[in-house]
Order: sequence, then structure tokens, then C-alpha cells
Amino acid sequence: MAETAVKERNEATATKTVRFKIQRQDSPESSPYWETFDVPYRQNMNVISALMEIRRNPVNSEGKKTSPIQWEMNCLEEVCGACSMVINGRPRQSCTALVDQLTQPITLEPMRTFPVVRDLVVDREVMFDSLKKVKAWVPIDGTYDLGEGPRMPERKRQWAYELSKCMTCGVCLEACPNVNDKTNFIGPALISQVRLFNTHPTGAMNRDERLDALMQDGGLQECGNSQNCVVACPKGIPLTTSIAAMNRAASVYSFKRFFGSDHMVD
Amino acid sequence: MPACLSVLRGVKDFMRDSDFGLRRLHSLLGIIPIGLFLTQHLIINHFATQGVEAFNKASDFMGNLPFVLWLEWIVIYIPLMFHAFFGLYIAFTAKPNTNRYGTYRNWMFLLQRITGVILVVFIAWHIWQTRIQKALGADVNFDMMADILANPFMVAFYVLGVISATFHFANGFWSFLVTWGITQSPRSQRLSTYVMMGLFLVLSVIGIRAIFAFV
Repeated sequence: MAETAVKERNEATATKTVRFKIQRQDSPESSPYWETFDVPYRQNMNVISALMEIRRNPVNSEGKKTSPIQWEMNCLEEVCGACSMVINGRPRQSCTALVDQLTQPITLEPMRTFPVVRDLVVDREVMFDSLKKVKAWVPIDGTYDLGEGPRMPERKRQWAYELSKCMTCGVCLEACPNVNDKTNFIGPALISQVRLFNTHPTGAMNRDERLDALMQDGGLQECGNSQNCVVACPKGIPLTTSIAAMNRAASVYSFKRFFGSDHMVD
Repeated sequence: MPACLSVLRGVKDFMRDSDFGLRRLHSLLGIIPIGLFLTQHLIINHFATQGVEAFNKASDFMGNLPFVLWLEWIVIYIPLMFHAFFGLYIAFTAKPNTNRYGTYRNWMFLLQRITGVILVVFIAWHIWQTRIQKALGADVNFDMMADILANPFMVAFYVLGVISATFHFANGFWSFLVTWGITQSPRSQRLSTYVMMGLFLVLSVIGIRAIFAFV
């Protein structure tokens, strides 16, 4: 019974299609080209379900059979960041990009701030390398059990939780005019991560090491205050506040480092 | 040739290693001394609205300050040259995207870079027309500026230069406050936007009034 209903609905809406204009690229070195697709409309469809439909039936709008589009996806609920791409000119996650809310033709492009692997797949490894550079973790290993760390006030935990929502999706780097092939700028997300780990009561014991890393070439200082990151962030992380806060910490730290101080972590 | 290349490589290494220090210096010099000098310069120019006598008296006073050459090099030329050349590097390594994000701040980001490039050209021209002519024997006085501004094209160029300077200073002051971590919260940054808008308007009126006093 239910199956018949679905079938009937599919037939009833089969004439309605959604046009996609997709920028494709066959290999990391080859040049990009555009291909358009007309995908049968279904209620509540998102960009990913449309890409799945193209994968099922890889025929472009000229009726020619083509290779299926390559893209990445994982959680399908906007917490992993894998399916980020440029949709109608703006970087965002394709899992939460609902077709009903987008103007057509819907254009899909890879986030070209990162090296393109194929079609909409990009290699975001540079961000993970940067996370290692700024030591975005809380070191707890020792030669003996170090016991419990200091308690974190509940209100601080709630605030830090907002910063911890960062999924390293790369949208803020794609939105930033200072992250490009002419600079080494590590980008807004990484600066906010240093703030998160420097705020953690145990993480704060190594805050000078993270600040040191953050002030290397391509670090915090390359922010140009266009403030696109905070507009673009899908998780609503206060990235520009984090940047200004780390600017203040770096100002204090740079004075200590220059003039010498015996208080490097407080 | 290899020696030349190794010097270049040395400069590049130095710029990489001291990126943080250079950028903070760039931010600081934009306000102290360059922004302060700009404010003082525009206020002294404003004497022109009180007539030839008043302007010549003020300009004589400034031009005959003790240690004037030292003051000029330390307060103006060296900081200005560093700010200008490092600023060009910053401007041309950005990829503006106001078509993607047409927000106020993103436009300010672009305009800061455009006015900076305009100012490198304008200030070079302005120094050639005034300070270098003085070094070559000309007198710096009301007539010098009146002669320059007798050309309507020069009036337009000077208006563009002064507006670019006051904008670049006011908006640069805003980002100075962020860069040094003085304004952190969105509210403090919004309030400082209003203050800097006021500063831009006040300095622009002072600057433009002075220009038209010579015309």
C-alpha cells in the first residue's frame, strides 16, 4: 500500500526536474569544465540526494551518458564537514543544502582553496597539518599517572562547547580572502582551536607553545579582518571574536617573549 | 648573480621568520606616527582657510622646527616607506571576494587595500611636488599650493588623495584595535566602527576645506 503511494507520488512529480550546473575535473592536474544535469524532483531533496540520483543515472542534460560525479560525504547531518563544496557561489555543506531553498540552476563547485582531487572532492590535509602545527590537543601523557586535572567551571565548559563544534570543514578558509595560493595563512578555524585548547584548564599548561606556533609564518597575524569567516561558519562559531582574543594573547605573549618573563603560562 | 640571489633569499627568510613582528610593526606605524602625522598635517593645512598670512606663518613654523630633517626622516619617511611597501605586499597577496560576500566588513577590507595603493601613488606625487621641489630650491608657501591647485585635474587628484588618506587611517585604526586585541567582542568592534566613521568624516571635512581654501 505504502509502496504504491510512493510510486504514484513519484509519477505525479516526475515531470518536474531540478537543473544542476556542476564544475567537474577529471584529475588533480586536468582543467575544469562544466556539465549540466536535470534531476527528477523529489520532495525535501538535498544536494546530496540529487548527486546520488546522478550517480544512479549518469546522464547529462543533453541526454549523453557521462561518468558519475565524485564527491565526499559521511555523517549527513552537518557535523563531519566532509561534504563541503561551493553551492550557488557560497561554500557550505551539501547535506544541509535543501533544493527547495536554492535558486536554479544550482551550481556546484569544489572549494578551490584546497587542491582538487576529482570533481567536487578536495584534499583538506593542509588543515590537519595546521592542527598538528598549533598543537590542537591537550597533552596528558606522562611517565606516571598524572591524576585528575583542574576542574573546569560549568559556564566555561558551555562556552567552550561552542568553539568545539568546529569540524575542520574548510568553509571559513574558502571564504577568507587571505587564504590563497599566494599566502601561507592557516585560516580562522585554526586560530579558534588554539583559543579552545588554551582555555581548557589542563590545555592552558602549554598555552605558550600553542601561541608560539600560532605566531609563526602564516599565523594569526595574516588575518585581514574581512570577517567573512564568521558569516560563513555553518556552526555559528564566533571566529572573529576568537581571532581578536588570540590577538590580545599574542600581544601579551610577544612582550613577554621579547623582554623576558618568568610567567610564560599565566 | 649568485650573491644577489642569496641576498634575496636572506630577505625572504627574514620576512618569513619575522612575519608576526613585521605585521604588528606595520599596524603600529600606521597609527603612530603616520596617523598622528596625517592628523597634524591636515590641521596645519586648515590654516589656509584663515588666509595667506595664517597659512604661511604655520607652514614656516613647521618647516623651521629644530632638528627638522631628523624629525622628517624618523617620524615620516622611514615609517611611511616601510608601511607603504609592506602594505603593497599585503594588498597584492589578498584575493578579494566581495562578489561572494557583499558584507560591510568585506567591502572595508577591499577599500583599505584600494585606498592604500592609491595613497602610494598620491603621496609619491605629493612629495615630488612639494618636499622635493623645496630641496631643489622652491619656497613652500600658500602660493606653491595655489599654483598646484590652479589645475582642476590636480584639485580632483588631491581630493581623492585626502579622502583615501582619511579613510585608510580611520579604517586602519579600527583594524589596529582588533589586531592588538583591544576590541574583541562584536559589540566593541561595532562601536569602534561608529567612532572611526566619525573620525573619517571629521578629518575629511578638515582636509577638503583646506584644499578648497587654495582654489
